[in-house]
Amino acid sequence: MRKALIEFRNVSFRYSDTNPWVLKDLSFSIYENEFVAIIGHNGSGKSTIAKLVNGLLFPQEGEILINGVTVNEETIWDIRREVGMVFQNPDNQFVGATVQDDVAFGMENRGIPREEMIKRIEDNLAAVGMLDYRLTEPHRLSGGQKQRVAIAGVLAIYPKVLILDEATAMLDPRGRKEIMQTVASLSEQQGLSLITITHDLAEVVQAERIIVMNQGEIWAEATPREIFSKRNQLKEIGLDVPFVAILADELKRAGIELTKEPLNHEELLEELWTLHSKT
Amino acid sequence: MDITFKNVTYIYQKNSPFEHKALENLSFHIPSGTFVAIIGHTGSGKSTLIQHLNGLTVPSEGEVHIGDFKLTNDEKPKNMKELRSKVGVVFQYPEHQLFEETIAKDIAFGPQNFGVSEEEIERRTKEALRQVRLSEELLERSPFDLSGGQKRRVAIAGVLAIQPEVLVLDEPTAGLDPRGQKEIMDMFYNLHREAGLTTILVTHSMDDALKYADQILILNKGTKFMEGTPIDVFRQKEALQSVQLDVPEVVQFLTSFEEKMGKPINFSNQSIDEIATSISEIVKGVE
Repeated sequence: MRKALIEFRNVSFRYSDTNPWVLKDLSFSIYENEFVAIIGHNGSGKSTIAKLVNGLLFPQEGEILINGVTVNEETIWDIRREVGMVFQNPDNQFVGATVQDDVAFGMENRGIPREEMIKRIEDNLAAVGMLDYRLTEPHRLSGGQKQRVAIAGVLAIYPKVLILDEATAMLDPRGRKEIMQTVASLSEQQGLSLITITHDLAEVVQAERIIVMNQGEIWAEATPREIFSKRNQLKEIGLDVPFVAILADELKRAGIELTKEPLNHEELLEELWTLHSKT
Repeated sequence: MDITFKNVTYIYQKNSPFEHKALENLSFHIPSGTFVAIIGHTGSGKSTLIQHLNGLTVPSEGEVHIGDFKLTNDEKPKNMKELRSKVGVVFQYPEHQLFEETIAKDIAFGPQNFGVSEEEIERRTKEALRQVRLSEELLERSPFDLSGGQKRRVAIAGVLAIQPEVLVLDEPTAGLDPRGQKEIMDMFYNLHREAGLTTILVTHSMDDALKYADQILILNKGTKFMEGTPIDVFRQKEALQSVQLDVPEVVQFLTSFEEKMGKPINFSNQSIDEIATSISEIVKGVE
C-alpha cells in the first residue's frame, strides 16, 4: 500500500468565531506519487485546504499531518520544504530580475550551495521547457511561460508534493493545456505527488482521483470517469459539465449505446468508430 | 452608436528607438446594436483598440468614428467628456478600481463626474444594482467587505450607472468560476438586448464568442486577420491555427469526427442534440 503523504483528520476551519465554518469535519488522505484534483466552485473551501497544508492557516479543530508530522508553528518551516505551491497570478510570484534569478530565490532561502544551485536551475528549467529563457526578464514572458518558471522554482527545492492552486485560471486555453501537460509528465518522471485545485473539470481528466468540494465538505471522491457521469448533480453545485459528457448524453438519447463514459474526444470517437464498423 | 475605424495606425513612442506599431492600417465597421467579440493574442493590439473607443488614445494615422464623434491625430473632439459618458468601459479585474467608503458612493462616482443630479443618481444606482443582481441592503457597506465576485458586480454597476450606449468589456469573466462566468455573461447579454447597446467583448474564450457575438473580429500583430459571423470565422480552422488560435470545442470535435469517420457534419452553430442526431445517423448508416 502507498504511504499517506498528506492526511486531514476531522479538520474544521473558520476565519473567526463569528464567521461560518469554511471546512467542516474534513477527512481525507493523499498518497505518495498520486495525482489528485480538488474541484469546487468559488467559496467551496478548496483553496483553504491548500493554505492549511503548508501552514499559512491553522485549523480550529482536527489535525493535519504531512509525511507523518503534524502541521503547527514549530514544524511549518520543515513542512514548507516538502510542499511546493504555485498560485493563480503569475505576476504576484516573481521576485527575480531574470528567469534564473527567480528560480534561484527559493534555493537561496534554504542555503543551497552555489554549484548545486546552478545544476538545479538548469535541470528544472529544462524540465519545464524554459531553459532557453534563463536570462530573460520575467515581464517579457507570456502568462503560461511565467507559470512554468514558477513551477521550476518550486521544483528546485525538491518538494514531495506540488500544489497548483488555480494556477491556470488566468491563462488562455493554450497556456492551460501546456501547464497541465508539463506538470503531469513531471510528476510521473520525478515520483512527485501532485494536487491541482481548480474549477475546470476538463483540466483534471488525467488525475487518478478527484475530490469534489461543496460548502466545506467532500461532496464526492472518485475517478474522473465516475465524476463525469454525475453531470446533473455537478451542475447543481455550480460546476461546468464538459462538452464530451454532454454530447455522450445526447448520443444515448439518440439511441447510441456507449460502453463507457468518454473522458475526451479521442475516446468518444474510438467508440463511434467501433459502432460504425459493426453496421 | 455606429463605430468605424478607417485606416487606423497607432504608434507608441514615435520617433524614438522604442517606436512600436500597435495598430496598423486597421479598418472595420460595427453597426449600432451589434454584439462584437474581439479576439487575439497578447500583443495583438486589442487593448490599444479599446483605448481608442473612449478617446483615451487618438490614432496616429487614420480616423475613428464613434456615432457623431470623430477622433484623428490632430482633431480631438471638444466634448470628450460627452463621448466618455456614452462609452462605458469595464476594464480587466475592474474590482481593483474600487476605492470609496461605501458601495453607494462608489457607484455614484461616475455619474457625479458627468454632472448627473442627486435624485437621478439614486434612481440609477438602484437600477444598476438590480441589473447586476446585488441587494440594496449592501449600499452603505464598504465594497472591501464583499467577496471577489460581488466586488466585480459593484464595479460593473458603477459603469452601468453612467448609462452608456456602447459597452466595452475587457475579459470580464477572468478569474471567476464557471457559474460566476455564466451569470456575468448572461447579464451583459440581457443588458445588450434590453437597452439596445452596442457591445464590444474582448475575450480568449472562443466558446463565449460563439455563444454571444453577432460578429467576430480577429486581430493579429495589430492588423485585422479575419472578420465575420461566428459560423464563417470558426469554419476556417486551419487559418485560425496558423496564428495559434483555437476553434470552439464543438468545431474541434466535428473536425476530428470527419477525419476519423470520413464523413462531414458541417458546422452551422447547431445545438448539441442536433449534432447527436447527425452522428447517430452516420454511425447507424441511415443517411
